[in-house]
Amino acid sequence: MSRAAIVTDAIAVGAIVDEVRGARQGAIATFIGTVRNSSGTRTVTGLEYSAYAEMANREMNDILHEALALASGAEIVAVHRVGKLNVGDICVIIAAAHPHRAAAFDACRYTIEEIKKRVPIWKREQYADGSTEWVEACSDAVHNAGATT
Amino acid sequence: MKVTVRVFASYADTIGADRVTVTVPEPRTVGGVRAAVAALSPALPPRPLIAVNETYATDDVPIAEGDEVAVIPPVAGG
Repeated sequence: MSRAAIVTDAIAVGAIVDEVRGARQGAIATFIGTVRNSSGTRTVTGLEYSAYAEMANREMNDILHEALALASGAEIVAVHRVGKLNVGDICVIIAAAHPHRAAAFDACRYTIEEIKKRVPIWKREQYADGSTEWVEACSDAVHNAGATT
Repeated sequence: MKVTVRVFASYADTIGADRVTVTVPEPRTVGGVRAAVAALSPALPPRPLIAVNETYATDDVPIAEGDEVAVIPPVAGG
């Protein structure tokens, strides 16, 4: 069953892949986002994600339905973790299954790209020197559209 | 009229709270909230993104009693 969720616990890759695995499906495309140890020239020691949880859940579900419309017959699980994460931890996973690989890739790609653009989740990086900063990586379409209309 | 707005992440740090009440001219719209929130601090963008009832909203969207209004910093998930 397709689903989207915001969680605070560690993401178990195998269990999520198993959720979309099935007799009808011939391909599973996954995207796994992990915490990197650098940001520009700075050394990152950890991250804290926070969310507007109610809206993030709603937006993730909207994206899921759009991806399912795009790739008819797909099954998709999308999970984003929030809270404090260490370098190497998994922050997001998309598993998209479909009878054929092209649609599985398309559904997976669409889901992660839209999550990055639209879902109200924010990231505060913690650096080796002890300082922290909110990341505003966003040149995103939603934000720009919102700013001009 | 007064509207209470939820505030998140960097904007909450700037404002020093996760909720703020702003005064908005009648009829209450997203555009009015946006201008009132921007006026709270020069560190905020001039036209911050607003969501009403958990949906991104444009300036013309009216705000009714009981609506949940939020100001959304640039997102950085994934």
